[in-house]
Amino acid sequence: MSQFLLEIFSEEIPARFQKRASEDLAKMVKEGLEKAGVNVGEITNFVAPRRLGICIESLPNETPDVSEEKKGPKVGAPQPAIDGFIRSAGISSIEEAKIVSDPKKGDFYVVEIVKKGAKTTDIIKELVPSIVRNFPWQKSMRWGEGTLRWVRPLHSILCLFGGEIVDFEIDGIKSGNVTRGHRFHAPEDFTVTDFADYQEKTRAAHVLIDREERKKSIMSQAQKLCADNNLELIEDIGLLEEVCGLVDEPFVILGQMDEAFLDLPPEVIRLTLRINQKYFVVNSKATGKLAPYFIVVSNVNAADGGTAIAHGNARVLSARLNDARYFWDLDRKTTLEARVPKLDKIVFHQKIGSIGDKVKRVVELAGELSPIVGADVDLAKRAALLCKADLVTEMVGEFPELQGVMGRYYANNDQETLDVANAIAEHYKPVGPSDYVPTNPVSIAVALADKFDTLVSFFAIGEKPTGSGDPYALRRAALGIIRIILENKIRLPLKTRVSYELQSFFIDRLKVFLKDEGLEYDVIDAVFAGADDDIYRITQKVKTLSEFLKTEEGKTLLEGYKRATNILKAEEKKGALDGTFVASAQYLELNAEKALFSAINNTKAALAVSLNNEDYVGAMKTFTLLRDPIFDFLDNVLVNDSDENKRKNRLALLCDLRQMMSQVADFECIRG
Amino acid sequence: MENVEYSTACSRAYAQGRKPSFQDIILTLSDYWARQGCVILQPYDTEVGAGTLHPATTLRALGDKPWKAAYVQPSRRPKDGRYGENPNRLGHYYQYQVILKPNPPNLQELYLNSLYEIGIDPKLHDIRFVEDDWENPTVGAWGLGWEVWCDGMEVSQFTYFQQVGGFDCKPVSGELTYGLERLTMYVQGVENIYDIDFNGNGVTYGDVFHENEVEQSTFNFEYSNVEILERWFKDAETQCNILLEAKLPLPAFDWALKASHLFNLMDARGVVSPTERQSFIARVRDLAKGSAAAWIDKIGMSKQEELKAGDK
Repeated sequence: MSQFLLEIFSEEIPARFQKRASEDLAKMVKEGLEKAGVNVGEITNFVAPRRLGICIESLPNETPDVSEEKKGPKVGAPQPAIDGFIRSAGISSIEEAKIVSDPKKGDFYVVEIVKKGAKTTDIIKELVPSIVRNFPWQKSMRWGEGTLRWVRPLHSILCLFGGEIVDFEIDGIKSGNVTRGHRFHAPEDFTVTDFADYQEKTRAAHVLIDREERKKSIMSQAQKLCADNNLELIEDIGLLEEVCGLVDEPFVILGQMDEAFLDLPPEVIRLTLRINQKYFVVNSKATGKLAPYFIVVSNVNAADGGTAIAHGNARVLSARLNDARYFWDLDRKTTLEARVPKLDKIVFHQKIGSIGDKVKRVVELAGELSPIVGADVDLAKRAALLCKADLVTEMVGEFPELQGVMGRYYANNDQETLDVANAIAEHYKPVGPSDYVPTNPVSIAVALADKFDTLVSFFAIGEKPTGSGDPYALRRAALGIIRIILENKIRLPLKTRVSYELQSFFIDRLKVFLKDEGLEYDVIDAVFAGADDDIYRITQKVKTLSEFLKTEEGKTLLEGYKRATNILKAEEKKGALDGTFVASAQYLELNAEKALFSAINNTKAALAVSLNNEDYVGAMKTFTLLRDPIFDFLDNVLVNDSDENKRKNRLALLCDLRQMMSQVADFECIRG
Repeated sequence: MENVEYSTACSRAYAQGRKPSFQDIILTLSDYWARQGCVILQPYDTEVGAGTLHPATTLRALGDKPWKAAYVQPSRRPKDGRYGENPNRLGHYYQYQVILKPNPPNLQELYLNSLYEIGIDPKLHDIRFVEDDWENPTVGAWGLGWEVWCDGMEVSQFTYFQQVGGFDCKPVSGELTYGLERLTMYVQGVENIYDIDFNGNGVTYGDVFHENEVEQSTFNFEYSNVEILERWFKDAETQCNILLEAKLPLPAFDWALKASHLFNLMDARGVVSPTERQSFIARVRDLAKGSAAAWIDKIGMSKQEELKAGDK
């Protein structure tokens, strides 16, 4: 058994590819070796900005011989067939073959072919070049005069098996036992004997090959700097994943920015730090607010302790923030209102028109929706008019992520009312399933109007989401509307707003939403079988019914319902159900049917009241009153009486029952 | 890192106890790249948006003949003009452009040495190669590489050209683009472009260019006549096509560049709708690609390679 160590050394691999590439390399090596018959135990993979590698502690030195039986023609087969078999099996005469008897097919020739095992070194020699040539980089390139492709120019391949170089060459790059350390701290080449030696030497050469170790080191250094300076680190997993791919050995430095910048909107500062500069953001422990510091992860352990680096970064940050301040100051010189006409020049969608057109529609719609959501019509229309105006500000041009947020700042600056300013920021909400839902009526009106307009407009031009694609995020818009309606208990019949097609789209989204909330499919279907188009009411029904069906009363009532409707269905099948027959007291004979008749009649009114008040808990209670009479009836009354009137009367009673319950849901859909 | 054995404008500035001036940095870069065997060219004499568009890069990146060149290129981006009010943005600025074909295997080291010569010590500063893939759709060009960061500031663009004019670059050229103003601001420690020490002798960048920024911004945003620009665009397009017909790729490319600049001017006026924008870009791309194709015909790139490029 011997150790296999492979390192592919290149120019800086993009941070976002590193983790995946490292996993891909391990997978390809493992699969390649196993395919060649080498058993692979545990495989260690590692990655740093300039290298990808794997180590397998113990691999067999060769693969065992494999014998395989090659089946030939029947004994006595024509000569050409036998000759062909001799050739293909690699034997000199047919005498070398065994004769095997098969009870069905008779006697035929068999030759045992032994495939010699291979040396693992030879397998690796074939495997590594093929992995390099077929590596699944998302983007790859050529360099110099070569034809090889890699993510960035590939410089060397270290490949050792049992401490020996596995010899091969790819496009002029010869495998070897040499690698390099940190670009600046240890630029010289060094040789390596095995993985322990490799780990020791790379570490000494300022390269931490383990991604997780780099991440831990960044976090602990950053935490310490914060603790020492009374700051609180804002953790940022995405940023950590990125910066750990930009350094061989992290040196974390605390930088300071001019406190005067803190009068900029904190969102602007945070975004500048994170997105533009890849710095971690820190808050002051004392105030809990953004502090005039930042955390930078450097790749260099500078002789001056990082003073020059901290200073340099602070200056770059100042330039960025000065830029932001320039936008901030300039933007505030023009009111949002004055910017609105400019929106006519920005295309929303070629077939739909400009953002200016959209705004005009959203203003109208927000006005119409205001009374429904309890918003002041004038405020909602005002907010709608201004809600996209920040798109033509310098700041949003620079940081599109700040759309809405900047609008709120600028609206405040323009002395718009608080409701209007907040609605500008909140009308994009909720952006994702975990985002918050606006609760202020003005915000609700504009958020709904904007999303309805988007959906209606795209459906009108036939741009609907497909199974695979939803480029305009229409599902998200519909889900946003659903969440706004539910969380704010808004009553909005869809029919009055959208086409039939779009209604079905909403209903589908609502089904998905309710299923994600943990509600059962059959209960959802039962409620959706009704023609209700009120999202809030539908949801209430589903939830109440779902709870009810978990109770003993619910379960037995459902059972009774099923038994009763089975009788009706059998009649319907025969075409023998007279739908016009009205149950009447005069044909009642048995106590059980009298009891059911009066139970239905006594509860009809209560049910109507409950339904009218949308009190579904009350409706379920009413149903509960029917349970015993139903069972009594089913157990004691024979529906198929010889007297036609009695029979029809009994069926009509069951029809009444079915009709009553169907006012809440189609219980037929529910699994018994 | 090699020792700086040569006296350069920058090393002399440091010896005098001052930071290198804008022109010291330009002179030092030229000196350095001349030592690497580059042809030191002068700026191209037509308006371009970036140093890449100099024919010494765009056209010379094609074909299999080795080529090494370095030059300063004034770059005009009408939309970026800020009337001289923004300390970090200009509508007219300088790029230092280096192209090496084929890229030498130690191009990163050569580049880092050039930074060292202008006074950036990579053991004191945090220099990072951060992924940045470069694409210029108007000339059908793309490549992979990085932005080079120095203490968090992008000081250069480093690209391995993969295609130009829609043709595969074989061999691959390495392209370095230094943002001269940024680099100088960094080296000099100034916060405002206009405060850059231009010559080490009392002249600032503002003295030389501030008025130009104000006037050119005023022209770009207020006085450029869209009708005229549109007409000229059409004329440039016509002229370019005539030259392509006559198999004269070099002047044809000039007219493609003119069309490109005229489009940039129209774009700055904010009168180009996104649909029109796409169509203008496509028209410029056709001109640039046509020039590249005509150039390849001239220099005799093998037909086989052209076909391969066409497959992409």
